[in-house]
Amino acid sequence: MIDLFRDVLIKNGLLTGFAVVGGLTWFSYLISDRLTRGRVHGSAIAVLAGLVLAYIGGVFAEGKNGIADVPIFAGIGLMGGAMLRDFAIVATAFGASFEDLKKSGLPVVVSLFAGVIGSFLCGAITAVAFGYTDAISIATLGAGTVTYIVGPVTGAALGASSDVIALSIAAGLIKAILVMIATPMVAKQIGLDNPRSAMIFGGAMGTNSGVAAGLAATDPKLVPYGVMAATFYTGLGCLLAPSVLYLATRLVFPPI
Amino acid sequence: MIIYGVALLALCCLAGLIIGEGLGLLLGVKANVGGVGFAMLLLIFLTGWLYRNGRFKPLSSGGIAFWSGMYLPIVVAMAAQQNVVGALKGGPLAIIAGVSGVALSFALVPVIARIGRAKTREIKPAPHAVLEDRK
Repeated sequence: MIDLFRDVLIKNGLLTGFAVVGGLTWFSYLISDRLTRGRVHGSAIAVLAGLVLAYIGGVFAEGKNGIADVPIFAGIGLMGGAMLRDFAIVATAFGASFEDLKKSGLPVVVSLFAGVIGSFLCGAITAVAFGYTDAISIATLGAGTVTYIVGPVTGAALGASSDVIALSIAAGLIKAILVMIATPMVAKQIGLDNPRSAMIFGGAMGTNSGVAAGLAATDPKLVPYGVMAATFYTGLGCLLAPSVLYLATRLVFPPI
Repeated sequence: MIIYGVALLALCCLAGLIIGEGLGLLLGVKANVGGVGFAMLLLIFLTGWLYRNGRFKPLSSGGIAFWSGMYLPIVVAMAAQQNVVGALKGGPLAIIAGVSGVALSFALVPVIARIGRAKTREIKPAPHAVLEDRK
């Protein structure tokens, strides 16, 4: 009987993946609502739950692919694999209009570049401080500090090791959670009370979930402006991190 | 047709990744250079262009919006297959990197807001792509 269940779940791995991740997401939003009263966004908790699942999988299966090394959860590997990941991330750009970004003026473009490059530097400098000396790992950790999307995209493009990629996701996750919690607290000090500064904020922060949740807790009317600028951030990060920023990193830390 | 949107998204994705691979070859980097970013730009320009020409129907947009909505679950699945056990050995690194990144970005907002303090203009998302469920 149990074998029958197992067989079906393994044979239809991708469907099992959808069901498991769906359940995990539901549970995460429940926790977000009940335990944090919506302050920590469900999406951040869901990603955190994913990392916890990966940890559990890593302990039990003793592999490098987290929960995907457990046979009945192998479908999660396909669902979160490179192909569908790139596909879905590209789809998020849908909804951002280049004309609108241009209309919002120079400051938002400046904030996008300053945000991506500044965060990359913070992550890269931290990586160096912790003893990393190869450009691929440094750039991946810098990219992870940009957002938890840019980290794995950069890491996969450059061929970084899985633990460095996981670390880069963790850095981006900490950033997203912190943006959610801290935004309402610092909103006054940084003048976050109009669409223009909301767009600059979205451009500088970039983490979609962080910006959406942070602004929602500050003033829900500001959310679309911030999120719209933030949609460009991941794209810009995916464009800059594995290319210009990686090459710059490689100049400072040449391959041996 | 929903498949038109999905196909357009797939074409943008493939084209972007091909450009990225090509750029990687050109630059001599053994990597896909910015492929996802190029794909995003392509998607933004193509959907905008199709919409202006009245060729972009709501159902086609549904094919893209679905995958856009699947972004979070896919990111969760991606997180669930990372080598977290290996990463935890470097715990403080992630925290310091994340915290410093946020602190710097917060500090940037008021500085940049001073640039060309123009009057706020009304900004709306592209009409064919309502920003929904972008959490």
